[in-house]
Amino acid sequence: MSQMNDKNARTNFVLKGARVFDPQGRRDQELDILVQEGRITRMDARAEAAKAEVIDLRGKYVFPGLVDMHVHLREPGREDEETVASGSRAAAGGFTAIACMPNTQPVIDNQGLVEFLRSRQIPECRVYPVGAVTKGLQGEELAEIGDMFGAGAVAVSDDGKPVTNSNLMRRALDYCRMYDIPVISHCEDKYLSADGAMNEGALATKLGLRGIPNAAEAAMAARDVMLADLTGGRVHLAHVSCAETVDIIRRAKRAGIRVTAETCPQYFTLNEEAVIGYDSMMRVNPPLRSKADVMTIIDALRDGTIDCIATDHAPHSSEEKEVEFDQAPCGMLGLETSLGLCWTQLVEKEVLTSLQLVEKMSVNPARILKIPCAIEVGSPANLTVFDPAAEWTVEPARFKSKSRNTPFRGWALKGKPLMTVVNGRLFD
Amino acid sequence: MTKWNRKDLLDLESLSAEEMNMILDTARSFREVLNRPIKKVPILRGKTIVNMFFEPSTRTSASFDMAAKRLMADTVNISPKTSAVQKGETLLDTARNLEAMKIDLVVMRHSSSGAPHFLASRIRAGVVNAGDGQHAHPTQGLLDMFTIKEKRGGFEGLNVLIVGDITHSRVARSNINGLVKMGAKVSVCGPSTLVPVGIEQLGVKVYYNLEEAISQADVINVLRLQLERQKKGLLPSLREYSLHFCLDKTRLSRAKPDVTIMHPGPMNRGVEIDPEVADGERSVILDQVTNGVAVRMAVLYLLSGGDAPLAEAIKKEA
Repeated sequence: MSQMNDKNARTNFVLKGARVFDPQGRRDQELDILVQEGRITRMDARAEAAKAEVIDLRGKYVFPGLVDMHVHLREPGREDEETVASGSRAAAGGFTAIACMPNTQPVIDNQGLVEFLRSRQIPECRVYPVGAVTKGLQGEELAEIGDMFGAGAVAVSDDGKPVTNSNLMRRALDYCRMYDIPVISHCEDKYLSADGAMNEGALATKLGLRGIPNAAEAAMAARDVMLADLTGGRVHLAHVSCAETVDIIRRAKRAGIRVTAETCPQYFTLNEEAVIGYDSMMRVNPPLRSKADVMTIIDALRDGTIDCIATDHAPHSSEEKEVEFDQAPCGMLGLETSLGLCWTQLVEKEVLTSLQLVEKMSVNPARILKIPCAIEVGSPANLTVFDPAAEWTVEPARFKSKSRNTPFRGWALKGKPLMTVVNGRLFD
Repeated sequence: MTKWNRKDLLDLESLSAEEMNMILDTARSFREVLNRPIKKVPILRGKTIVNMFFEPSTRTSASFDMAAKRLMADTVNISPKTSAVQKGETLLDTARNLEAMKIDLVVMRHSSSGAPHFLASRIRAGVVNAGDGQHAHPTQGLLDMFTIKEKRGGFEGLNVLIVGDITHSRVARSNINGLVKMGAKVSVCGPSTLVPVGIEQLGVKVYYNLEEAISQADVINVLRLQLERQKKGLLPSLREYSLHFCLDKTRLSRAKPDVTIMHPGPMNRGVEIDPEVADGERSVILDQVTNGVAVRMAVLYLLSGGDAPLAEAIKKEA
């Protein structure tokens, strides 16, 4: 491992006195964790080793490394907005692994480009490419999924677009069974969303913005669930935003269909009223929904219908984003605010327990993408260290991302990632 | 009268009834000026007003230009063809450049809803919304209200019916917001595909049958039907639209005899309104145009400071 050769790398240390939350090992206890040579080598109440650096973490929490399964890194093509390196540094505020979407320029639709992305990794974060479902995201022919899988792709998706052709989506789900990887679906019926800019409803009517109905998402989710049932393939529904989709997922899971789902912090911390004033930072796809939808998303997180919290981290340059609302590209940053928002809005408000949050942000996405995240002696050390008492304010100027398009500027949050351990190396 | 203290006029939703009355009262004074042989008053001498029309417009841009000239302001007109936007300049950069030129007011029309709000929050100069997307057209709303007040005496309890494509109409939204706040009872009528979700929450009653809607109306405001709606699948044909929603003589005969007929223009004669009705004795369509200049003079005057006692300012030049 190249990072082991870095003289300044901290690779031999003991995390001392932290409270360790590990839903897989059913742990919630104070433990010392000794990390050496990339792995967890000892784990007990007194794991001090003679030659290890002691890191005092009394009052702090340790989670299995958080995984963000929905990130846009913009490399190759828009390196002015984000690169694998800048996105990894942004992710290092809490995440130890990210999955990056293929809608770059060129599209990640072949083995060579998957390898390229992996070669761009830096030690701060593990980057897992998601390959395209169809060549060039054109929705016409399957991309070389087997080849991409061989090169390290952990899923396929035409994210940003749905696979409109239902028969092709069926084939994709069927084909991916061979590799047991999920097809991540951006659920959007483009005919229904048309040229909409925000959630459809009385508020859109008032603001004079074209609306996107919940049915644009739910109709496609229903189709994808049926195709997963038909093929036995695994479908993962990205950025779920509305009540109707939650209902479809709930019923599909009950029927034993292999469906998983994620939502993003913006869909349980903001609602459509954020669009009043036409701040283009609030433009995102799917759009911010009604208050009732937000309540339903929160319920679905609580009852497990929604498995994961991802960010859909979507960097945009200020010259492109700071324009008229309906001209602005969709998307907002997420990596550097996600954990703080989730802790403040979900754990502090007792929607989820700490263990449940760790499941949504680490265990479940890791299981879906088969990324190692166990806290066990002998396993690779990938850990997130968290300070539950830290109070901080979101300041985009301090972001490590190359972009600044966050809707959360100035938000006061409680709970902050303090450091991460990635492949046994400490970052703070 | 209380003092005007807004930098911008962006929509009628954010104005109080008192503020709207202030504009309408000011406009009445200017309306009188328009009947004089010399139609100019020097109250905005030395002020610079930029008219920025990113969407084609004949009537509104001419009306604003004329209003500014009657107040003796200097005007600059920017249209899409001559604007740097064609060269890829963003609205934010355009705004910064205008700011650097020390202008006093910007009158803007833009196809994006909220564009004037975007501009207003970024420049010190006042911004007048001359129509943004399908959101608002406040001076059209005000001139329609001015005309209604002139013809009907007031708003309280008055039944106003707006007919046509409500979904895509900023004129409809500004009329609804203004009139409801002034105490009128507003209804809308159009094909269900052109009546937007949740419009009832703006305080209006919805009709899909024009015959039924028409009988109670004191005022009927007929909207222009954009001819491309058929292509977007919102209408089967213009023919069918006309059959059900054109204000013709037969339908008009079911209305109150003293009903007032309005249209914001430009008209599609024979599509949404029958020529005989448009030119008939109940029509006030050309009064709307005249009143538009007076209302825009009032808006420019108030947004430019409007400190000088109005009666005196007008008297000076008379």
